[in-house]
Amino acid sequence: MTRGPLWLLACLLAAALAAPIVAPYAPEQIDLARRRDPPSAAHWFGTDDLGRDVLARVLHGARVSLAVGLLSAAVAGASGIAIGGVAGYAGGVVDAALMRGTDAMLAVPRLPLLMIAAALLEPTVPMLVVLIGLAGWMETARVIRAEFRTLGTRGYVESARAAGAGHARVILAHLLPNAAHAVEVSITLAVARGILLESALSFFGVGVRPPAASWGNMLYQAQASLATEPWLALVPGVCILITTMSVNAVVDRTSWK
Amino acid sequence: MIRFLIRRALQAVPLLFVISAIVFALVHAAPGGPLAMYLSNPNVRPEDIERLRRALGLDRPLWEQYWSWLGAFVRGDWGYSFSDGRAVFVRIAERLPATVELVVVSIVAALALAIPTGIAAAAKRGGLLDRVLGAVATTGISLPTFWFGLLLQMLLAIGLGWLPSSGRTTPGGGDLVDHVRHLVMPAAVLAFVQAASWSRYLRGSMIDVLTQPFTVAARARGIPGGRVLLVHAFRNALGPVLAVVMMDAALLVSGAVVTESVFAWPGLGSLFTEALARRDYTTLMALLMLSSSAIVALNAASDVAHAALDPRIALT
Repeated sequence: MTRGPLWLLACLLAAALAAPIVAPYAPEQIDLARRRDPPSAAHWFGTDDLGRDVLARVLHGARVSLAVGLLSAAVAGASGIAIGGVAGYAGGVVDAALMRGTDAMLAVPRLPLLMIAAALLEPTVPMLVVLIGLAGWMETARVIRAEFRTLGTRGYVESARAAGAGHARVILAHLLPNAAHAVEVSITLAVARGILLESALSFFGVGVRPPAASWGNMLYQAQASLATEPWLALVPGVCILITTMSVNAVVDRTSWK
Repeated sequence: MIRFLIRRALQAVPLLFVISAIVFALVHAAPGGPLAMYLSNPNVRPEDIERLRRALGLDRPLWEQYWSWLGAFVRGDWGYSFSDGRAVFVRIAERLPATVELVVVSIVAALALAIPTGIAAAAKRGGLLDRVLGAVATTGISLPTFWFGLLLQMLLAIGLGWLPSSGRTTPGGGDLVDHVRHLVMPAAVLAFVQAASWSRYLRGSMIDVLTQPFTVAARARGIPGGRVLLVHAFRNALGPVLAVVMMDAALLVSGAVVTESVFAWPGLGSLFTEALARRDYTTLMALLMLSSSAIVALNAASDVAHAALDPRIALT
């Protein structure tokens, strides 16, 4: 495949960063004279039930979605590497305890768990990032643990130990760099999953709270008027799909041949 | 085999123990605890909250509460709903059939989609069909389930008027045709998302088998390509795929929550979102524990199925 998806992601990221400059209106600017306007030259993607410009809201929503996707994957990756790394390196009882915890977390359905957490804690966006990240570290932890266990028996690790390298040096200089490629896929997948989870949480009214715009909560509001204002449901959904598809296409490029 | 099942059951006990602790901790980590929603309600007096707290045992130490909740849960006493006061067990039993119906139909439909497409893609690897199916599968994996549901509603219910937009039956009506018409859209949403990943997985598994010497040898003996594909390769590729199908139980639970809410399908998924809206924590905890237990059980079943289809795998 080509570099298409990467470019698309770069464009989305640029649009999100530049949203305050390129957006034609402020995302929360209410214009009651122009409520529920279909797409037009003045409002490319139409307006919502309060006369807010859908294009402006979608651009600002991109900031939330991409930030949550990327940062929650970072949280998930970091905790997964830490937990899996400790389990794989320490072995024994520590390994067994951490892996049973991982199994338990994998057996709790992710979205319902997050919905309960988000409903009870009413999180801000940074909190949401942490919650989604903490619900997604298990896959990375398993991969890292397996890598550490096989790498730990290799000759060069043993010789590093024999040469007097401490735990920190063995982990940071020998194990992590060689295990890194194995977690690329699980962390990239976590980006797409993070975006989908944020949109689902916001769609159920427990994620990003109005009036702030997120693709998910725009769809939540659109649900009431599918018959009369279909553009309200089409635009944010297409944005989510394009973003997650680009991320998944990047994964395909690295994993399938 | 029986020894394996017993061992898995014994392993599941500590696992469910940890899960129950996670679920319990989550509900009690909320600011204000399970009674948080009453704290912000101006119609509830502080002394009422204090009385409720004592009545529900929330003034006792946390570990004691956990222990008595767990003890009662194991005995099938799942408490009473915070929203309507009825037994949680009864509320769940009422909703279970609708969910089972939706999930079973969508799994069957997903397999019916995934098996032929997966085989066809593997047979002509890299061909036009493979690439088209690959693109469709990537779309399916990337698609927000709830939005796909909204799209179908806009197209088939609102736009074309072919199907009812929500519910399980028309109020008052309810013959078989009516029932099926209600089932089509939610089952299609759930099935498509699963079929997308299962089809790709079967393709990968088929390609693995097709490059092994025994399939090459079968072809060399003059067995027609189609027969090699469907009999030799498919039979051997099926094991890992069935394992994945059962491992995806966790995804199905999340999918059912979303799909049932979008289509107002009266099953456990919509019971969950209703309970969430009312902060009905007894119902939420029971549903989460139940679905986790089902996932643990299906994961064990997946190992059994995998081993049954592939004698090289020993059950340990």
